[in-house]
Amino acid sequence: MEISLLTAVVLVLAAVGFLSGRSRALATAAGGARNLRSLPGHYGYYVAVWCGAPALLLILLWSFFQGTIVESLLVAGLPDVQGLSEAELGLLVNDIRNLASGNIVSKEIDPEMRAAADRYGSLRTMAFGALAVLSLALAIGGGALARGRVSPRFAARERVERAVGVFLIVSSTIAIFTTVGIVLSLLFEALRFFNLIPFTDFLFGLEWSPQTALRADQVGSTGAFGAVPLFTGTFLITLIAMAVAAPIGLLSAIYLSEYAPGRFRGAVKPLLEILAGIPTVVYGFFAALTVAPFFRELGEDLGLDVSSESALAAGVVMGVMIIPFVSSLSDDVINAVPQSLRDGAYGLGATRSETIKQIVLPAALPGIVGSIILAVSRAIGETMIVVMAAGLAANLTANPLESVTTVTVQIVTLLVGDQEFDSPKTLAAFALGLVMFCVTLSLNFIALRVVQRYREQYD
Amino acid sequence: MTGQTAAAATEVVASPEEIREVKATAREVGVFYGETNALRNVNLDIRKNEVTALIGPSGCGKSTFLRCFNRMNDTIDGCRVVGGIMLDGDEILAPNVDVVHLRARVGMVFQKPNPFPKSIFDNVAYGPRIHGLASSRAELEEIVDSSLKRTGLWDEVKDRLHAPGTSLSGGQQQRLCIARAIAVQPEVILMDEPCSALDPIATARIEELIDEIRQHYTIVIVTHSMQQAARVSQQTAFFHLGDLVEKGDTEHIFTAPRDERTQSYITGRIG
Ligand SMILES: Nc1ncnc2c1ncn2[C@@H]1O[C@H](COP(=O)(O)OP(=O)(O)O)[C@@H](O)[C@H]1O
Ligand SMILES: [Mg+2]
Repeated sequence: MEISLLTAVVLVLAAVGFLSGRSRALATAAGGARNLRSLPGHYGYYVAVWCGAPALLLILLWSFFQGTIVESLLVAGLPDVQGLSEAELGLLVNDIRNLASGNIVSKEIDPEMRAAADRYGSLRTMAFGALAVLSLALAIGGGALARGRVSPRFAARERVERAVGVFLIVSSTIAIFTTVGIVLSLLFEALRFFNLIPFTDFLFGLEWSPQTALRADQVGSTGAFGAVPLFTGTFLITLIAMAVAAPIGLLSAIYLSEYAPGRFRGAVKPLLEILAGIPTVVYGFFAALTVAPFFRELGEDLGLDVSSESALAAGVVMGVMIIPFVSSLSDDVINAVPQSLRDGAYGLGATRSETIKQIVLPAALPGIVGSIILAVSRAIGETMIVVMAAGLAANLTANPLESVTTVTVQIVTLLVGDQEFDSPKTLAAFALGLVMFCVTLSLNFIALRVVQRYREQYD
Repeated sequence: MTGQTAAAATEVVASPEEIREVKATAREVGVFYGETNALRNVNLDIRKNEVTALIGPSGCGKSTFLRCFNRMNDTIDGCRVVGGIMLDGDEILAPNVDVVHLRARVGMVFQKPNPFPKSIFDNVAYGPRIHGLASSRAELEEIVDSSLKRTGLWDEVKDRLHAPGTSLSGGQQQRLCIARAIAVQPEVILMDEPCSALDPIATARIEELIDEIRQHYTIVIVTHSMQQAARVSQQTAFFHLGDLVEKGDTEHIFTAPRDERTQSYITGRIG
């Protein structure tokens, strides 16, 4: 709250700096803006950047570190902390903080704690005061300094552009750092899991049953963390989904882009894309209530034993869901094949289907491969449909008529419910997440390589 | 048969010592794009083993007319062609004509070089393959070799027949497209401004090539360059706003045009 007010003040100062920089540039230029080296606005931005950027950076860093610094000052001032464990200390600090901000406290308030809370409050006020003084001084000082440098010969544009460049670099690296952060956190939790369960048991074990005993005296399974049934389940469902989505998506893309009259295409393409907008839960209903019973009855008629929650039902519905991914992207790619190539083929006497098969599709192949790989990663990551239609049983089977489960579904079930956060059951979720991450990463890598190979061949 | 049609072409003054055989005849050809009439009542004889140049300001219907000879207008939505075109005495605009067969007889080279995203070899072999012209690999190689040799590309690409066609320079790509067209052994080759995307040296090379190969084929070329028309063609037809204004021997058109519009165009006043 206070910080946001301070930020707003700094921004206003920067705006004032802009105006004053601009007017000073105009004032110092004898004979108007034409004699300035840069545009008047550039001088304004120059002053605004010097006014705003250092102060905002200070506020940002301060709000990162203020909490820990104030807390350690608080703890240093507490009379009897030597005997406390880390957890107890944490609880105590939490109580003091709650007391200071008027929230509910876990135990009775003694005068000692009251004093500590007051001290905490004053420490915070002091810290904020220091921040306010420092940042405003920085803003005004920086602005004044920058304004002093404004003169007609001063190269303001170059400097402003350099500042913009730095800003862009920082923005672009944020995404990279976020990814690195995600990977690291995943990696650390997964390593903790592998301390409890051997890596090879996890990767090659054939049995998955993550229920562990909650208490030492409880009877119950000790848990088996062999992930192979999950991998095969994921693979099976993805395979079924792609067997539905790839041909249907590709064929409809070919029809839409090469055969359909323009008006039909205009109407059908958005309709197909609606499929992509249906929430996956709704697909899950459809799979569980309509498709699965249908397959079951069909199986009965044929004398097959179809489980009521089958990989087939989930895979088929998932395939329907990702049809638009394949068709829409492939349609765009096919449309991007230059008309001159089709003309060339027709001019040689190729029929329409020869032209499509031999000229258009090979030229569009990189994009088509890309769209299919995108669809595969969509299928691997899909959770809801599988939960609802394929069940939770980790069967190791290649039979699409039985129920299976997938990696993502297990991650969800592992993290739902009350478990200690350091039990193998919860940690297993991170190990699975890591595997998923590696698989999608290598899929993307392969996709890029494939696309590149074809590019080289066809461009 | 061909003698009669040649006699019917009264406008062309044939030199007596050579028999100028007619390969194709356009009669009252008109083309509509939807409601717009892009081309009206065109009558023109195309002579065998000669180069016929179609000239005129852009948008006058040269490409539209050229595309009638291999029915490429069929591939354009809403395009309608009226009148008749005879190729060796056979009507080719009739609905029952097999366009696949027609396009094997009448090849086409486009304004922008458009090699397929395949190897040089496969580019040239494409036409023979789809028309089943070669019964063995050796025969196919023979066709590819001779087509590349005929276009003068052989020496430049013989060591890299399996490199992509798109890796060639613009002029080489256009010669590859010509080789691709002649690999199906067509009787007529249509060229729509084949040099407009090329530099002067590549252009000169193509013009030379056109002159060399015309003894085997009949060539119709659209060009916006009057010098090119004068250099490569024996007959010229001048189009203006959808009408065929004047036609005749290239020499006559460029030295003594009868129509005022032709004169303005070749002296650079319209266009
Ligand atoms: N595909 C098309 N659809 C509609 N009109 C076209 C099409 N192609 C050409 N036209 C029209 O037909 C006329 C002749 O075009 P074109 O034959 O390409 O001219 P040129 O080749 O002589 O420059 C132009 O007015 C052009 O706008
Ligand atoms: Mg044209």
